[in-house]
Amino acid sequence: MKKLLAIGLAAAMAVSMTAPVYASEGEGVAKEDLKIGIIYIGDENEGYSAAHMAGIDEMVENLGLDESQVIEKTLIGENEACYDAACDLADQGAQIVFANSFGHETYVLQAAGEYPDVQFCHATGTQAAASGLSNMHNYFTNIYESRYVSGVVAGMKLSEMIEDGTITEDEAKIGYVGAYPYAEVISGYTSFYLGAKSVCPSVTMEVKYTNSWASFDLEKECADALISDGCVLISQHADTTGAPTACEAAGVPCVGYNIDMISVAPNTALTSASIDWGVYYTYAVQCMIDGTAIDTDWCRGFAEGANKLTALNEDVVAEGTAEKVQEVEDAIIDGSLHVFDTSTFTVDGEEVTTYEKDGTEYISDGYFHESEFASAPAFDLAIDGITSIVEE
Amino acid sequence: MHKEPFLKMSKRDHIGWQKRLLIRIAALILSLIVCAGVIFALVRMNPMDVYKAIWDGALGSERRIWTTLRDTMVLLCISIGLAPAFKMRFWNIGAEGQILIGGACAAAAMIYAGDAMSPALLLIVMFAVSAVGGMIWGMIPAVFKAYWNTNETLFTLMLNYVAMQVVTYCIVFWENPKGSNTVGIINQTTQAGWLPELFGQKYGWNLLIVLVLTVVMFIYLKYSKQGYEIAVVGESENTAKYAGIHVKRVIIRTMAISGAICGIAGFVIVSGASHTISTMTADGRGFTAIIVAWLSKFNTFIMLAVSFGIVFMQQGAVQIASQYGLNENASDVILGIILFFLIGAEFFINYKLERTKK
Repeated sequence: MKKLLAIGLAAAMAVSMTAPVYASEGEGVAKEDLKIGIIYIGDENEGYSAAHMAGIDEMVENLGLDESQVIEKTLIGENEACYDAACDLADQGAQIVFANSFGHETYVLQAAGEYPDVQFCHATGTQAAASGLSNMHNYFTNIYESRYVSGVVAGMKLSEMIEDGTITEDEAKIGYVGAYPYAEVISGYTSFYLGAKSVCPSVTMEVKYTNSWASFDLEKECADALISDGCVLISQHADTTGAPTACEAAGVPCVGYNIDMISVAPNTALTSASIDWGVYYTYAVQCMIDGTAIDTDWCRGFAEGANKLTALNEDVVAEGTAEKVQEVEDAIIDGSLHVFDTSTFTVDGEEVTTYEKDGTEYISDGYFHESEFASAPAFDLAIDGITSIVEE
Repeated sequence: MHKEPFLKMSKRDHIGWQKRLLIRIAALILSLIVCAGVIFALVRMNPMDVYKAIWDGALGSERRIWTTLRDTMVLLCISIGLAPAFKMRFWNIGAEGQILIGGACAAAAMIYAGDAMSPALLLIVMFAVSAVGGMIWGMIPAVFKAYWNTNETLFTLMLNYVAMQVVTYCIVFWENPKGSNTVGIINQTTQAGWLPELFGQKYGWNLLIVLVLTVVMFIYLKYSKQGYEIAVVGESENTAKYAGIHVKRVIIRTMAISGAICGIAGFVIVSGASHTISTMTADGRGFTAIIVAWLSKFNTFIMLAVSFGIVFMQQGAVQIASQYGLNENASDVILGIILFFLIGAEFFINYKLERTKK
């Protein structure tokens, strides 16, 4: 054991001799000295992590870095493995470390406290601002924007089905496969629903949870259950292709998340709401090069290209969808359309005029200011028209 | 006409430890050669580079060495817990559940009593409730086995799922933020209920607790009267009865010890490493430990070596996944091949092959 420790210590010293180059105040890290670490909850076989990987690749290309400057750790759980990975990346000389799963946050925080010279950026998290650590950051995108637009695509399809006589107005019910009943998911399906409602006013929605971020079987079962409950269109906030697979078998149109689902459901997938993480990764690493501070809470949307829809499935979407999508996207970008416009929904039959969370008033100027005060979604009101079925 | 087979197999009467060691080393070397072939055939990479990356991943820096040691201690602790039960031929495959219950008890104490008592007292309470929780979870199937002769394999296995649901249920109350299904680090600011540093090492206590258990269990199994009773019950219950051993009591007592140690493993994980609780807290280690216990023939010191070997490969796996973009499953393949050869070596230790004489 002693010998072993001796070997280990010698190795550790060898590592520490090639000490990493840290950014000092107002001074950037030279491009060739940069080392970037990233911690993924999944691997290339899981849609959510695959989208982050694509973002990292995009950043490497945008900034002209070499692939060897990126150290990736895949399949890192939401436990001490994440803390180990974060510290190990810092030990390997990474000046900036990203982690992509919600449950990674407390472990990233722990590492951030121990490595004050390394920048830690955590996706979807909520604690950076409150932590008081200047090297801890949260990031997300205005995913509610792309959810809203994908909802418009769904609404167009429902209107077409009503006109065709396939369904009656009252039968326009959407089924939604959700992961967990908390703000990120609630904000997501509410914006999707509002998008659909903006073109198909009679629409209602039923939400069921899988209590898992990524489980093909659960998502497929959940979608099947929603379809047998009379849902005529399915969308999802979960990471696998389970729901579109069920929809393809049942012939029910669906809207995906993260990745293009057309290859899985060629006859039923309409489009997917997705995030281009490359915009943030490029921004954050550029900050390292410039020596400027990274935003504590970063959140951007269509305007910066951080949100997008995947390709529309021309064989399935309703006529005129592409034009409508363009129109809505433009309206979101120029600020004439607000996703959570309080005149478009009610809670218990009444319009909402005030909503306070963590001491901040979110509603002003007639809309809910989603993701403006913290990068993670905050909207968690149960609005009329949506039935959420929580089974604990 | 009766044809003699080319090779004849016969049971060995005795084999010296040198020869045994030689067979095992030969198996290890052979397995590494086969692994090298597989690696090259699948990904066209220099196997030596891959082996070096595995070494680096497990022992490449001081932090990695400690991570490897920490995980070794957890696996070892569970294996030690399983040893007495298996020696008694009581197939306890419920370690997962016993760890989860122990871990959940520790987490509950951390959450509800974190501010109520001094740090040292809190740790002692956590240790005790984990052991008791695991003990109860282990004794349930033992009582049923002793009095109604139920099948312990199924019983302990099923209790794993019950334990998992219990933890899922607890998470509903402890999750932060609500609905997210993650508890996150408990007492992040106060660090109440975290095992403190020992001799300046973050995982020093993990090491000390488990190593003490290793020695105690070795002595218990080998030199104590109770250890002997376990061996006799394992060999033959009838012999044990004839010799006047109270079989029911031995079964229940042994499973109480087994469950308690697995519960303590839950404490070591929650208090000494993850500082959280989830259904993934045991993470299959309750099953891996079965292999460890068997490969070591219930010798707790050999368990130390085997646990280290398995954790070494797992840590190496993370490294080859990150360094070469190989999926982590690649190292499962390597570990599988190595285990296949090591378990296969047992055949050559117990039997000898001879050419049939004309």
